[in-house]
Amino acid sequence: MSRIRDKFSELKSRNEKALIAYAMAGYPNDKETVSIVQSLVKGGADIIEIGLPFSDPLADGPVIQSASFHSLQKGMNPERFLNIVKKIRSKTDVPLVLMTYANLLYSRGYDKFISTVKKAGIDGIILPDMAIEEADQYLDVIRKNNMDAIFLISPNTSEERIRRIAKASTGFVYLVSTYGTTGGTQQKFQQYTHDAIKNAKKILEEKIPLGVGFGVNNADQARSILQTGADAIIVASAFLRLIAETPKAKIQGKITSFAKSLKKATILE
Amino acid sequence: MKLAYPKDGKFGEFGGRFIPETLVPAVEELEEAYLRFKDDKEFRQELDYYLREYAGRPTPLYFAKNLTEFVGGARIYLKREDLLHGGAHKINNTLGQGLLAKRMKKKRIIAETGAGQHGVATAMACSALGLQSEVYMGYKDTQRQRLNVFRMKLLGTKVHPVKGGTQTLKDAINEAIRDWITNVNTTYYLLGSAVGPHPYPVMVRDFQAVIGDEILSQMKELKNKSPDSVVACVGGGSNAIGTFYPLVDEDTTMFGVEAGGEGIKTEHHSATLSSGSKGILHGMLTYLLQDKHGQIKDTHSIAAGLDYPGVGPEHSYFKDSKRVKYDTVSDGDAVHAFLALSKYEGIIPALESSHAVAYAIKLAKKMSKSETIVVTLSGRGDKDVEVVEKYMSENVKNSR
Ligand SMILES: Cc1ncc(COP(=O)(O)O)c(C=O)c1O
Repeated sequence: MSRIRDKFSELKSRNEKALIAYAMAGYPNDKETVSIVQSLVKGGADIIEIGLPFSDPLADGPVIQSASFHSLQKGMNPERFLNIVKKIRSKTDVPLVLMTYANLLYSRGYDKFISTVKKAGIDGIILPDMAIEEADQYLDVIRKNNMDAIFLISPNTSEERIRRIAKASTGFVYLVSTYGTTGGTQQKFQQYTHDAIKNAKKILEEKIPLGVGFGVNNADQARSILQTGADAIIVASAFLRLIAETPKAKIQGKITSFAKSLKKATILE
Repeated sequence: MKLAYPKDGKFGEFGGRFIPETLVPAVEELEEAYLRFKDDKEFRQELDYYLREYAGRPTPLYFAKNLTEFVGGARIYLKREDLLHGGAHKINNTLGQGLLAKRMKKKRIIAETGAGQHGVATAMACSALGLQSEVYMGYKDTQRQRLNVFRMKLLGTKVHPVKGGTQTLKDAINEAIRDWITNVNTTYYLLGSAVGPHPYPVMVRDFQAVIGDEILSQMKELKNKSPDSVVACVGGGSNAIGTFYPLVDEDTTMFGVEAGGEGIKTEHHSATLSSGSKGILHGMLTYLLQDKHGQIKDTHSIAAGLDYPGVGPEHSYFKDSKRVKYDTVSDGDAVHAFLALSKYEGIIPALESSHAVAYAIKLAKKMSKSETIVVTLSGRGDKDVEVVEKYMSENVKNSR
């Protein structure tokens, strides 16, 4: 059983695509992380990506960098992260995907780290600096724990590599929309993003869903990449920005309504 | 023990390529170009020309007679990389990579810098070769190495101060990598040390190996044998690996000296190999200074060029295989060596290189007068006089 795969089939039967929404553990604090996830789910998020911050997030733009810094300054660590995940798990059955960097797993030991997060309720893992060539040990442990390993592809990834990455991936494949770090603010994606989606879909066929993220920040944009063929949109920095600029009392409501607007884009006519 | 071109960039378990997918085509293209040109006759000739006519190679192997007499032990020789154009060994690598970038038709060059020496060497090579360069530098480093910031500007480079994280070298590398991800189709990332994803550690080592090659032939000419010991400072590890690699199969004892800062029992040092643990950063698996959760630690050294929580993967390999002995020298001992070499030899060494000098002084005392030590003097110390002046005045105050 995979919560992620089941979610995609369930959505397909309803003629919907997926909204994958991001929360950073410990941002703005541990307790609110749990409420934020609940608000995201209330707004229609189908899968939650939860970030465990790393001191050197080299694939991330200023928004996630600063949230990571904030969370680490306040003492975020794997133990606190696990508590947050357990609290979320006690309240919802939403699929949870952990996003972090390879060193946090490697330094603790793949076995120890992965089995512990699995027990707390994590379903899959995304590591933006884990290239497929380096992933053998990591993948063995992921499989042993019945978890999903979600790898990234990029607009410049060759067909041969996409095939290889797709073979190693379970859950979904994550297409990075643009050349750049997370948190892009463009209103519309360029043609090359749409070409990359079409190309990836052609290669992946219907064997594994395709999620698109990095710089997805509004419903129109989301709709257009879903129309091009993506199976899921992944929205991260846009939610963190909203949290940063909203007075505390209004955060949960704003998150739910922004999630709702994005979720609407995933429901096919 | 010599790994000329290790498969997948793996020095034992170290090295490799832990990078975002967007960079994979870029490092593959780089590797292809490097393999194509590294032994290409025209490329070698052009590089040799620039190394000789522009940078000032070969550099002397100078017998430090006064220092040797003062110490009263083994004969100390200085490999004078400080005499190179720009004042450090960094130009060996920037000319090599600059020429490669040109052959790859890349016009925009980005680089990171700690002490500013690699930034300056990048700016110089790019000026000479007709390339455009931009340099990322931690904000803290721009403050303590102001002279080099101004030099880079004079040389036509745009300097981007990096305010994220600890505002030192590691954050400059993060930011350079982010730029590279964003401009991957047009930009060449000219990394300044033997770190990062494969093929950088191998390629930078090869460009710096001219140091060890010259040491070997100069020593053979002088003494008809390889040196008994060599000593080099280790930041990312480029001057050290360039010194060590050609001597790996020789009967030479090798010492890599890391920044002991205020002591390796404190939190204020950069002694990655001496007190770190294995981890993944900047595209490589190597020894790192990290906390028990895998977060990278803040580092400290009086020498900005050594202030880095990682180290080149080949050094991790040499540490575990015990081919090289790695040890530390404190801020205070480095300053003493800085003063001693200035006074006894009329040579002001970079604070980075002063770590190697300090270690060699200790080592020479334990060796016989007939034995030889070569110290790689990776750079000159003009950039450091302000820092040393401040350190001395504070320490005089403290001891009152
Ligand atoms: C003079 C000098 N020596 C040594 C270093 C350390 O670098 P590496 O360990 O790569 O030689 C630097 C770096 O900035 C430097 O400027």
